[in-house]
Amino acid sequence: MFSFICLKKNKMFKRIFAISKKEVRQLKRDTRMLYVLFVFPFVLLILFGYAINFDVHHIRMAVYDLDKTKDTRDFINRLTSSSYFDLYGYLNSERRIREVLDQGEVQLVLVFPEDFSRNIYSGKEAKVQILVEGIDANTASVIANYMNAAAATFTLKITQEELAVRGREGYIPINLEPRFWFNPDLNSTRYLIPGLISMILIMTAVISIALSIVREKERGTIEQINVSPLSSLELLIGKTLPYSVIALVIASIILIAGYILFGVTIKGSVLLLFISTLIFLFACLNMGILISSISDSQQIAFQVSALVSLLPSFLLSGFVFPIESMPVVIQILTNITPVKFYIIILRDILLKGVGLESFWMQIIYLIIFSALFLFLSTLINKKNKTV
Amino acid sequence: MNSIEVNNLTKKFGSFTAVDNVSFNVKKGEIFGFLGANGAGKSTTIRMLCAILMPSSGDALVGGYSIVKEPDLVKRNIGYMSQRFSLYNDLTVEENINFFGGVYGLEGDELNERKKWVLKTANLEKQERTLTGALPGGIKQRLALGTAVIHKPEIVFLDEPTSGVDPISRRRFWDLIHELASEGTTVLVTTHYLEEAEYCGNIILINAGRLIAEGDPKELKTNYLKNTILEIECSKVVAAMEILEKEDFVDETSIFGNQIHIIVNDKFRNKDQVKNILSSNSIDVVRIDKIVPTLEDVFIHLLEKK
Repeated sequence: MFSFICLKKNKMFKRIFAISKKEVRQLKRDTRMLYVLFVFPFVLLILFGYAINFDVHHIRMAVYDLDKTKDTRDFINRLTSSSYFDLYGYLNSERRIREVLDQGEVQLVLVFPEDFSRNIYSGKEAKVQILVEGIDANTASVIANYMNAAAATFTLKITQEELAVRGREGYIPINLEPRFWFNPDLNSTRYLIPGLISMILIMTAVISIALSIVREKERGTIEQINVSPLSSLELLIGKTLPYSVIALVIASIILIAGYILFGVTIKGSVLLLFISTLIFLFACLNMGILISSISDSQQIAFQVSALVSLLPSFLLSGFVFPIESMPVVIQILTNITPVKFYIIILRDILLKGVGLESFWMQIIYLIIFSALFLFLSTLINKKNKTV
Repeated sequence: MNSIEVNNLTKKFGSFTAVDNVSFNVKKGEIFGFLGANGAGKSTTIRMLCAILMPSSGDALVGGYSIVKEPDLVKRNIGYMSQRFSLYNDLTVEENINFFGGVYGLEGDELNERKKWVLKTANLEKQERTLTGALPGGIKQRLALGTAVIHKPEIVFLDEPTSGVDPISRRRFWDLIHELASEGTTVLVTTHYLEEAEYCGNIILINAGRLIAEGDPKELKTNYLKNTILEIECSKVVAAMEILEKEDFVDETSIFGNQIHIIVNDKFRNKDQVKNILSSNSIDVVRIDKIVPTLEDVFIHLLEKK
């Protein structure tokens, strides 16, 4: 009896292996798919890693200085010594302010009135005017924030100097010392990498498995499979195996590239990372299988896969736009993508280095996802079979 | 001994009955022809016999296994090939053979031996590395049949295997079918070509899901069409047919190229009766012969009766 079961199992593995082997051979000849799998992820990585950067650096700044004292120079030096502001030059007339802003030569103009220095030392309020080009609202508000911070430290310094001159020791009522944990220099690439990995993984997994199944339907080869002793489960396992391995390889390559290019390291457990990635991949593959069961041609399967995997994982997953700042209805809607949960897991493992205790909920969500997709696709497949 | 026993097989899709209470038997090692127009229910029946579609009622034993209760065992003992050449065009000849061998659990010496046989059958020796998509239709079809029987099934289903293939390849394909049958494989084949039906041992004809005729080609010709059939060669065939249709001794008329076949009833006296009618309508009659009906005559007769 036991040996009979063994024999049965042995045959089952052989059939699954035959399918996997066939998939790899077909993939080797499918140049288009190879590009999608191995080149596309790097294009995305480079694109997102370098081009899409939410940090504001090297703001071009012009100065219209009517005071021309040590204090204004000091103020300007403080700004330009950071990498945030570059001094474009001094303007010599009020008319030029409009010109340089209009023509986009600078993003920011600082205006010091004649009485800037005098006011400081006579105990009056000294004013600085900043003119910001406000078309890019995001950048404009970042500039305004930087300026506020710069003005505040400058004020503090002056106050302390004044107090010292009057023989009293300066003290600071509230000393705010911000420390940004997990991403100390607030580098947005570090924040984007987990999302990028998730997006690339879901795309490759969903598209590859959906296309691979629909191709059999489209070419009629599925008929030959159906009449063979292969069960649909064996077929699905045989097909998902090679693509899971490929997706894992891609994930590793992205991680390595992320380390080399952007200095992203794995702070947490590599084993946990591997297991949660497998669970996430399983959810994605089930999603692909579901798509394959509702589409009849490769073209439709590709479009649906791309739409379903790309858009929500870009817009709704918290990859780029924080979920907390979305309207409540949209926040509920964000649950349709497994990427949302995987990103949280990845950020936890990669950036924070924390363990299962902080993301077990997300793991459960992913498992529920897989089960739901698997259930739906078997339901649809069953219906298709009887018709 | 019967390889296939079909008992009251019925398949309904909603209110539409695709296969209606069909029963027939197929003997071991015979070539069994399954005929019918498109949409008559042929494919639905074959899909049920291959255990990929559950019948609404009735059952069939295929190789001794019930398609309802033991679909997995049925699948293991049959081969199937359809007109769509279900081979992977992006795999080489050998890769296709290896794949289907693997699916049916062949390995080692057994696989190598069967691979040699398939290559020989398809005339593809030394072309193992050719991409299947690059093969000509006739060869591809032989390769498809070879891989369909790679596991030496007891029964093989061929669903319109020769459609869209040139006559010479078709003829050679039928030689291959005969070869398989002579080795004891039961072959159930559907076809559109009635001259191919003549190669079959037994035939059934279904129409609108119902079995309307069965028997060997000879029986079909004598049992289902007892009336005399005349073959008339004349000028203006269409006009001649329209004239003859109106005569009360004529039951049915049909055109076969430049000839007319008419089925006559007991009011028919002799050939001159026909000749005179046509001549009086200024149609030149070349010849009139009493003939043995072809299968086509029988089927047209049966289908028009419906």
